[in-house]
Amino acid sequence: MSVTQENAGDLREGIMATPTKQQIGTVLARQGILIAFAVFMIAFTLANPKFLSVDNVFSVVRSSAILGVMALGVTFVVISGNLDLSVGSMMSFSTIVVLDLHDKIGPALAIPAMFAMTLCLGAFIGFLVGYLRLNSLIVTLGMLSAIHGLTLTYSGGQNMDIADKEGTWFSVFGQGTALGIPVPILIFAVLAALLGVVLAKTAFGRKVYAVGGNGTAATFSGIRRARTVFNCYMISAACVATAGLIQASRSLGSQNTVGQGLELEVLAAVILGGASLLGGSGTIFKTVIGVLILGFIQNGLLLLGLQFYVQFVVTWVIIILAVWLDIAAKRGKLWSPIA
Amino acid sequence: MQPGALSKALKSGAIWGFIVLELIFFSVAGEFLSLSDKAFMDFENMLLLLKQSAPIGIIAMGMTLVMVNGNIDLSVGATFAIAAIILLDSMTWPIFAGLGDWVIPVAWLLALMAGTLLGALNGLIVWKTGVDAFIVTLGSMLGFRGIVFMFNGENPTSHLNWTLVDFAEAEFLGLATASWFLLAVTLAVWFLMARTVHGRNAYAIGDNREAAVNAGIRVGPHMMINFAIIGFLAALSAVIFYSESGSVNPNDGQLYELWVITAVVLGGTKITGGAGNVIGTFGGVIAIQLLRKGLGHIGADTSTVNLVIGLILIAVLFLDRQLNVKGKEELKV
Repeated sequence: MSVTQENAGDLREGIMATPTKQQIGTVLARQGILIAFAVFMIAFTLANPKFLSVDNVFSVVRSSAILGVMALGVTFVVISGNLDLSVGSMMSFSTIVVLDLHDKIGPALAIPAMFAMTLCLGAFIGFLVGYLRLNSLIVTLGMLSAIHGLTLTYSGGQNMDIADKEGTWFSVFGQGTALGIPVPILIFAVLAALLGVVLAKTAFGRKVYAVGGNGTAATFSGIRRARTVFNCYMISAACVATAGLIQASRSLGSQNTVGQGLELEVLAAVILGGASLLGGSGTIFKTVIGVLILGFIQNGLLLLGLQFYVQFVVTWVIIILAVWLDIAAKRGKLWSPIA
Repeated sequence: MQPGALSKALKSGAIWGFIVLELIFFSVAGEFLSLSDKAFMDFENMLLLLKQSAPIGIIAMGMTLVMVNGNIDLSVGATFAIAAIILLDSMTWPIFAGLGDWVIPVAWLLALMAGTLLGALNGLIVWKTGVDAFIVTLGSMLGFRGIVFMFNGENPTSHLNWTLVDFAEAEFLGLATASWFLLAVTLAVWFLMARTVHGRNAYAIGDNREAAVNAGIRVGPHMMINFAIIGFLAALSAVIFYSESGSVNPNDGQLYELWVITAVVLGGTKITGGAGNVIGTFGGVIAIQLLRKGLGHIGADTSTVNLVIGLILIAVLFLDRQLNVKGKEELKV
């Protein structure tokens, strides 16, 4: 398409003339998730002073850590413009594998072996989506089912339990504390900081945004799109393996379906953090906020004496409101222009 | 022959070829591996297969419509559960106590209305807010499930009405009630998509929404109608299934969305919209059910079914990419 004189004029005007109302809207939408978070915290604290006690905050973050660690990896995948629906199944897989190997070859070898196996699955998905460029929704949907089958085949459908639950140091990842802080929280925090820096400050991080924002343009700028997408899935798999490790270590025994349904909760947290499913936007920090919002809502509603399923309904409303306000601010109109 | 005609024929016939392959494979393998003496391609067995395909199949027809339209619905499993609970619960409500067996049509109607309304609600949100259908229905998948739990907590809801059970177990011309409903729904949705203005517009919107808008098609109402239809069909599927079983757990219908989407994609519907038809989806539904039954027949356990279906889904996607001329061009970039 050739740009005519008038077109160019329109474009320039469009850039220069930004209505103030829209600016306010944009600021609100950009920080909307933080504002909503703050409002929630204040409201729940007023309703129940226990809500912000150190014990409660620790317990919320600790129980969100597994979901959170997975969400960190999925953030990379989503920013690169793809989806990962297989993380739930994959987490079940790594939990079962590490528990099984724990008794067979000992924890020191079981953990790297489990990481290697999970990364193989990640590499397979990354190859299919990155190099073969198959639709990520269908590929990871297929892998959701396939990995579930793989886990069941591996375990023979049996629950997996560690024989000697008292005498193993393996429980440190899920149950231990270091410097007065529960280890799952530490792992989550360190991973979040690390991946946050990778995404925001490194060349690789830039490439992830570029590939997700406009894949063709990124390719023409010399970015190896396939490799970038592949690496995103590897990061996701590594995060899933870490989550599986925490889960296994926390319970020291597990069913085959431990991660079932987590993929959608993880996605909900990432979307709540403001990452667009079209790719190219989102940050690690916002994903962490998304995870914490989900965790604190769940906890807050329970403290108010409501049943656990009320949080499902509340989460529904919050997800849609958050995404709606985000895109409403971007287009400058509350209602969609669809006729 | 026009360029691309061969690949088109290959693609539309692929699912039926796959079904034939499955039949041959399981019949031959069954001779050696099966524990029972009954042949796999037994007529009775095939009729049972059709009946067992109905719950997923009926929803899959609606999903075809929604996906051709360029959207997706992840909330069907939860809608399924809500409709089931309303069906069974409403039959015990005191206000209907004097109705006798006339409570059945009332309960059916209530359940179907609930499904339609929930679907329409999804559609309305997609239309008015402009939020992607994936996100909207991901949210309502959680929200609807929450509503399911509100009825009876974590306890199952049970109510057996023998007239209703007789109706659900009845056979007409050798086919069970559920099979008739599956065939009727397939025919109805086929007619809707191939022979009506609404169906044509649904294809147009899914193929190129901007062009559809420029052609004067009102995109929003069409999308909302399609969501209402899939909600209705999810409820219909539940109503038929639970008329027979009479007991519903609050977790029932979980992962249905994934099975349904798998069937639809196997049937050749494009995930981005604009292409696909219910005949292919019917093939996809049958193929999945055959695979489950066949693997059971040769003594494989359920884990293998999951593994095989997942890998087949990916293989189909890969073959589709190779057969798709446009896809090859994209690969060069």
